[in-house]
Amino acid sequence: MNSLIIRRKLAEHISRLKFPLRTLCTDAAPKVSSSHSVQSSNDHVGQQSFRNEVHSYDIAIVGGGMVGMAFACSLARMPLTKHLKVAIIDSNPALLKGLCIKKEDPPDPRVSTVTPATISLFKDVGAWKYVVQNRHAYFDQMQVWDYTGLGYTKYNARDVHKDTLGCVVENKVLHSSLLSCIQDTDFQKTIYPSRLSSMTLQPRNLSMGVDSTSSGLNERGNLAKLDLSDGNSLYAKLVVGADGSKSRVRELAGFKTTGWNYSQNAIICTVEHSVENRCAWQRFLPSGPIALLPIGDNFSNIVWTMKPKEATDRKSLAEDDFVKDVNYALDYGFGPHPKSSTLGSGGIFSWFKTDVNLSPDECFKVPPKLHVVLIGDAAHTVHPLAGQGVNLGFGDAFALSRIISEGIAVGTDIAEVLLLKKYEAERKSANVTMMAILDGFQKAYSIDFGPLNILRAAAFNGVGIFHPLKGVLFHMPQGIKDSQFSLEIDVNMVRYFPFINLVKE
Amino acid sequence: MAMALKLLKQLRGPSTTTSTILCRNIRPRFSNLRSTIRLFSDAPLSEPLTTPPHQNPHSPSPSSLNQYELAKFAAIAETWWDSEGPFKPLHQLNPTRLAFIRSTLCRHFGRDPLSPRPFEGLKFVDVGCGGGIVSEPLARLGATVTGVDAVEKNIKIARLHADLDPLTSTIEYRCTTAEKLVEEQKNFDAVFALEVIEHVADPAEFCKSLAALTVPGGATVISTINRSMRAYATAIVAAEYLLHWLPKGTHQWSSFLTPEELALILERASISVQEMAGFVYNPLTGRWSLSDDVNVNFIAYATKIKASNL
Repeated sequence: MNSLIIRRKLAEHISRLKFPLRTLCTDAAPKVSSSHSVQSSNDHVGQQSFRNEVHSYDIAIVGGGMVGMAFACSLARMPLTKHLKVAIIDSNPALLKGLCIKKEDPPDPRVSTVTPATISLFKDVGAWKYVVQNRHAYFDQMQVWDYTGLGYTKYNARDVHKDTLGCVVENKVLHSSLLSCIQDTDFQKTIYPSRLSSMTLQPRNLSMGVDSTSSGLNERGNLAKLDLSDGNSLYAKLVVGADGSKSRVRELAGFKTTGWNYSQNAIICTVEHSVENRCAWQRFLPSGPIALLPIGDNFSNIVWTMKPKEATDRKSLAEDDFVKDVNYALDYGFGPHPKSSTLGSGGIFSWFKTDVNLSPDECFKVPPKLHVVLIGDAAHTVHPLAGQGVNLGFGDAFALSRIISEGIAVGTDIAEVLLLKKYEAERKSANVTMMAILDGFQKAYSIDFGPLNILRAAAFNGVGIFHPLKGVLFHMPQGIKDSQFSLEIDVNMVRYFPFINLVKE
Repeated sequence: MAMALKLLKQLRGPSTTTSTILCRNIRPRFSNLRSTIRLFSDAPLSEPLTTPPHQNPHSPSPSSLNQYELAKFAAIAETWWDSEGPFKPLHQLNPTRLAFIRSTLCRHFGRDPLSPRPFEGLKFVDVGCGGGIVSEPLARLGATVTGVDAVEKNIKIARLHADLDPLTSTIEYRCTTAEKLVEEQKNFDAVFALEVIEHVADPAEFCKSLAALTVPGGATVISTINRSMRAYATAIVAAEYLLHWLPKGTHQWSSFLTPEELALILERASISVQEMAGFVYNPLTGRWSLSDDVNVNFIAYATKIKASNL
């Protein structure tokens, strides 16, 4: 194999994987003065007016990251919601200045694997055309295998009658595409370049009107009051928390969340290889999965989950050694390559008759060798497994805006409990299943014990016998929209996209 | 059991409109329902209803109410508008009713179905408005809404709730009846009587009043329960006798109208039915949907024949 050349300094970054699926944190961004910003005419910067007037909005979106902007974009694009007055609270300067993306820049290691379902949502709102102007990489193959060499599974887009299984796009590209898409509309949004410091939720209790009867009922009786760190305040009928895994909205609203704490870290970095890569690779190792995702121009993104100790050790490795480690992990380390013969007839697992529609020539392949490790970047807690996190977030964003639109069509108050419950119900059941299945995968692969390995390999080879697994494996990569196996979670709702309703305590 | 739920929407019962109301105390129904609705709800029970003293029908207007009175009505309004409370089935049904109204009336008035406020500039009256569950969405859709109800309590509740949102605070609520509005020679572009007609003593007279309130070429929307065997089985036998969701005698099966009968009495009042749809409840999702099945609950959209056609 080719020798490894280090072209740039390796700087892998380690982030704590507290939450199983994803986060979109924008709260690390520095504050900027809005006076530097160039805005389009329909952008407003939320500033306290001299008269100390506090503005009221229909919807306040806390967090203008990818998911928050997808939600805003979707509202801006739908005829029934585009009139809504929306405030976006985020200290990220990019919201005001716009992101400047140069094509020749090396790829950002923070990438997302968007499913065809997400792609079609982006197309619906008109944001995909901006995505394809930038670096992106469709992949049409996906190989998942484990380190024991017993099991692997491989998908080809044509097996499921699709052109692609997904597309890997840098997060900043997704974000700026959504921004550009909103700029195209005359959507009235106000950006507050600040952070949420406190939130007062007033229960929509009619008796509160009693005190203010003389002046008519309190006209803000059913609004939430948001206080920002820069001293501004605003009122909103509906508060949408899209502020990531450490959601302030969730904290302030007292949402209870359930979840798992994986004591794992992930190393995320961009690598360059000599041959073009159209396949998403994922190998389960004893300490966690390693994934290699194509992001175009012979670059790939690595998300390698491991124990915190290992991560710290690897962080101090020389580039050569790290690359060697990556190749070891992706290729020959830990165990042999799975043999093609273990699949289907003749193998020891032949009694697991599979109805999986695999292409006959799908023999195991060795992933591309890595030549260069380029750059890494800061904290990011995407769970590497299946890379579904952001797709779930986009799913949430578009579902919520659609449900609000449906509610407006029949004259419902946008903060109405039943409307929000509809959203909750829609995102609920399968989402928990998805999390549990991913969790199961994760747990199953962190145990290295002979019989279990065989069972696990059997599960891989005989995907047909385990329906939940089959469902995930098939529908995950292709992201079938809202049908047989939807990929949405309640926990996701609570954790990443909590909503606040103002009706009852 | 699922079918019986359909009955609960009948709770709009107390909000009747004509002078010939089936006067019934609202309370025993609520306390009875409370125990059964819980089956479908994880929500904690709200405070038990306090017994409101009987209202003097000529009590002063809300503006001069004392604090105690206001607080009391506020407590009841919480129930009308508690989407997990006794009116839950009505709240669940509401988007479906409004979806029908939106689509038929957008067509009728030639309005843009993609507009967030398609009924801008139109005068609507909601006869038997109760707590304003239908009046408020109609106001959000842009209409200038008058809500009338014979039960003064309901009007006060509706007023309090509508004032919480600037979009609905424009609704005019009045404690009166359709007949009295006719006497005042009021008329409206569209007249709504949802889940009301089964509680009036003389449906034919009631329909005449609705017709008189509708401008020529205007629309009338009525929803009710069918007098079918299935409605009997679900609305009366199951809901009242087996499940005790409703007090015995809540509904008189004989007072229900079939779609044909409704069409006939509307026809005699110069209103012709244009479209009819049934409501079907899915117990698994807890949602109602529109269907062709008019066997139990149904809604009719009709137009008043223009004077020139008479």
